[in-house]
Amino acid sequence: MGHPQKQPLHASAQVSPSSEVFHIQDVSKTYHMGEVEVRALQQVTLNLYEGEFVVLLGPSGSGKSTLLNILGGLDLPSSGQVWFRNRNLATATDAMLTRFRRESVGFIFQFYNLIPSLTARENVALVTEIAAHPFSPEEALQRVGLGDRLDHFPAQLSGGEQQRVAIARAIAKRPEVLLCDEPTGALDVQTGKLVLDALAQTNRDLGTTTAVITHNASIAAMADRVISMRSGQIASIHVNETKVSPAELEW
Amino acid sequence: MKALDRKLWRDLLHLRGQVIAIILIVACGITGLVTLMSAYDSLKLSQATYYSQYRFADVFVSLKRAPEAIALQLAEISGVSQLQTRVVVDVTLDIPDRHEPATGRIISIPEQPQPMLNDLFLREGRYIEAGRRDEVLISEAFANANHLTLGDRVGAVINGRWQTLQIVGLALSPEYVYEIRGTDLVPDNQRFGVIWMGREALAAAFDMQGAFNDLTLSLTPHANAPEVLFQLDQSLERYGGLGAYDRDQQLSHRFLTDEIDQLQVTAVFLPSIFLGIAAFLLNIVLSRIISTQRDQIAVLKAFGYSNSAVGLHYFKLVLGVTLLGAAIGTGLGLWFGSSITQYYTNFFQFPILRYEAGAGLILTTLGVSLGAALLGAFTAVRRAIALPPAEAMRPEAPPQFRPTLIERWGLQRLFPASGRIILRNLERKPIQALLSVLGIALAIAILMVGRYMGDAVLYIIDVQFRQVQREDVTLVFNEPRPARARYALNHLPGVLQAEPFRSVAARLRYEHRTHRTGLMGLEPQGELRHLVDRQLRPVQLPPSGVLLTATLGRMLGVEPGDRLTVEVLEGDRSIHQVEVMGLVDEFIGVAAYMDIQALNQLMREGQTISGAYLAVDRHALDHLYEQVKNTPAIASMAMRQTTIDQFEDTIAASLGIFTGVLVIFACVIAFGVVYNAARIALSERGRELATLRIIGFSRGEIALILLGEQALLTLVAIPVGLAIGLGLAALLASTYDSELYRLPFVVNRATYLFAAGVVLIATVLSGWLIRRQLNQLDLIAVLKTRE
Repeated sequence: MGHPQKQPLHASAQVSPSSEVFHIQDVSKTYHMGEVEVRALQQVTLNLYEGEFVVLLGPSGSGKSTLLNILGGLDLPSSGQVWFRNRNLATATDAMLTRFRRESVGFIFQFYNLIPSLTARENVALVTEIAAHPFSPEEALQRVGLGDRLDHFPAQLSGGEQQRVAIARAIAKRPEVLLCDEPTGALDVQTGKLVLDALAQTNRDLGTTTAVITHNASIAAMADRVISMRSGQIASIHVNETKVSPAELEW
Repeated sequence: MKALDRKLWRDLLHLRGQVIAIILIVACGITGLVTLMSAYDSLKLSQATYYSQYRFADVFVSLKRAPEAIALQLAEISGVSQLQTRVVVDVTLDIPDRHEPATGRIISIPEQPQPMLNDLFLREGRYIEAGRRDEVLISEAFANANHLTLGDRVGAVINGRWQTLQIVGLALSPEYVYEIRGTDLVPDNQRFGVIWMGREALAAAFDMQGAFNDLTLSLTPHANAPEVLFQLDQSLERYGGLGAYDRDQQLSHRFLTDEIDQLQVTAVFLPSIFLGIAAFLLNIVLSRIISTQRDQIAVLKAFGYSNSAVGLHYFKLVLGVTLLGAAIGTGLGLWFGSSITQYYTNFFQFPILRYEAGAGLILTTLGVSLGAALLGAFTAVRRAIALPPAEAMRPEAPPQFRPTLIERWGLQRLFPASGRIILRNLERKPIQALLSVLGIALAIAILMVGRYMGDAVLYIIDVQFRQVQREDVTLVFNEPRPARARYALNHLPGVLQAEPFRSVAARLRYEHRTHRTGLMGLEPQGELRHLVDRQLRPVQLPPSGVLLTATLGRMLGVEPGDRLTVEVLEGDRSIHQVEVMGLVDEFIGVAAYMDIQALNQLMREGQTISGAYLAVDRHALDHLYEQVKNTPAIASMAMRQTTIDQFEDTIAASLGIFTGVLVIFACVIAFGVVYNAARIALSERGRELATLRIIGFSRGEIALILLGEQALLTLVAIPVGLAIGLGLAALLASTYDSELYRLPFVVNRATYLFAAGVVLIATVLSGWLIRRQLNQLDLIAVLKTRE
């Protein structure tokens, strides 16, 4: 498997990170929803680097979620290449994608997607049971400040707490990348900041490459890089010279 | 417990209403399977063991009288393994404390116990002692029914003289597992019993010294049975042989084997319906769960659970339901099975009727339940597996609707909006609607089958015992008597009317088909025995020729107008050509009827009678019994009313239980199908219904939309179910159509109403439960939650 030739990408190469985690090249995605055909991504090329915190910004329908799904091995591109380290995800089999997700990726979703019939601890255990070197569910929940709500069911937790359980679930396996789809989309400002703080802290402490999708431009200030998308394409990439802590964000 | 298994467990708890309904259906199916299969295994094994250990014979033949010496020649016939000559006579018995006379079949046994064909199992007491001429063994069932114990004495008319017999042992024989006489359907152990008596004493009493009148033999493994029968008949012809027959014609064996065969058929048929319905319900429930848990499936996959792990997770849910149902069903089945097997001891006399439920049965049960689970889970689980994780994260695309057929025909004006919603929903999921209809229809059909059996039995009793057999008492002489004997009968106490009959053993032959039966000569103007056709119209006995029961006509392949060969097996053993003048319809046994004068002429005998049908004054019955017991010329006496009572007691009692069980089963099905379908519709369409409520629909109107669908399905299912039920009844009628008896195809109007009514009630009940849940619909919450 040969390594593809890489094009230096805009100014982003000057960000300190050591090496690429993702390299995607000319990725397009078209899918069908009922009888409607949606062209979600068109010829997207992008690199993500180790340890960086990236915010993907764009209005709904701009293709951010599709891009994230493809990065996370949830979906395959219609065309183009997706490299994770030296693995080509675009041509991976279902079993390979499953292993990739199991070993390397943590997901966080807008609507938390906790299993309602399982407690916080059990939701995290769902992941730790199949991971190689996980935190214990308790430790993962401690890290997001929920050490005292281990045995609560999702319905007994506030939205912010539910999202922090989801973060605990995502980081419990010590993933290489953390992919977050509108993690604060369903939360109020204060709770949202709490959640973002948990993400920033994980990124800082564990060095996990983190990509956050949002249509909330004010979150962009806490990122290393901000990638703006529109109509299935990358509109611009902006590097933050100084990152703002989540507590200082305003929206 | 793993986190995923916890989820499984909680999902099951959450769906408990539906899950319980399915568990019950599985349990019904498995109960049926285990009950019937274990009863089948038990009977089959008991039969096989008993037959082989007690050397049940292969061939049987009665004759008038043959010298013992001939037995040696017969043993030389190729294929004969072991041969045993006997003396067998039917006599009238006088049981202490019983007014009615009973019939005893006395069978000779060797003076010393020795291994023999149709060997005896001695339950109690001892074998007869050589030289003690009055010692006998009697059948256990007969003894129990008449409260006879060791040391008791019974009176018997032996060769015209009363003799007292002393019971020294209670025995059973493989030849009389079903201890029945003549054309009875159920054993009457009070009035018919087998008695075993020393050969010398019996032979002396009936002038059979150095001779025999009955023969049984066993065959070598590769014997040519028809050839043996043929040679036996040839050899015994001059000794008054009444035609040899094999086990297939042996009464006890036939009843037992019929029962075993029917158990096996039912054991496959009944559970299949239940497990099929269970699989269907599992499928719709699981499909629904999977579509509501799309996001959960996506999360599992996103975090690296493999397709097979996700598939297995949902399959486990189905497996859990099925296995729980199977466990309950197996427990109940083992219990019912042992009760049924116990119940069979009322009919079948085995030394030991051991209840058999082995590992094989449990494995079969497991396999069958697993099969149902797989069948139910297959498509739904496949969908869960196929769901791409990213796709699963998006809400399901709205279901595609289109105008229904009715609307395309331009008839929509006839339906309000709610009606259109119902119709479009049904048309969108035609297969699911079809299967729902089929499920409810099967519940109706099962109910009909249960009631049909009762209808048929009532009809048989009515036709056979009220329209065909109108006599109160049937008397049979020990040998043919001159016709003037009828006048003596008229003088018996209480006799209002006596109609003689002549019965002659004969073999009927048409082309290559033969049947051994009695030719029955009746008085053409008789009132006590009517002949009727299928529509119950009276059939006049023709002055010449023969009338056959329809079953016999079919067995011989003859039509009215054909000429039968009649080989008389008594007297001069003449052979005649007789025209078949018509067919008559009877439900029990087979028979051939002639005018009694024509039969006398055929036999080239003067006016001769074999017995008579009597109409008697009920109040004088005791005197009649007394007189009959003291009339040695009368070999047996049968009372119509006791036959009816016996028939009703045994058959009606078991049918009652049978119908009761089927009603429960059918209710479980109807309830399970309707409740599940409506419950799922509620969860699928909660938002839609809440929206309707918010825009101003009343509770009643949304209930109508939701439950109207189920009501419509039930209404469609009723005629379908009645039709299927009718078909099943017809199928049963054709299955139970044997020489022994047949079931008429009659379904009473009450049965239709009953079947439809029970299902309607079950439907209304489940609708009511759903309606209660509908009333609790939280409008705001339903709209807030993301589907």
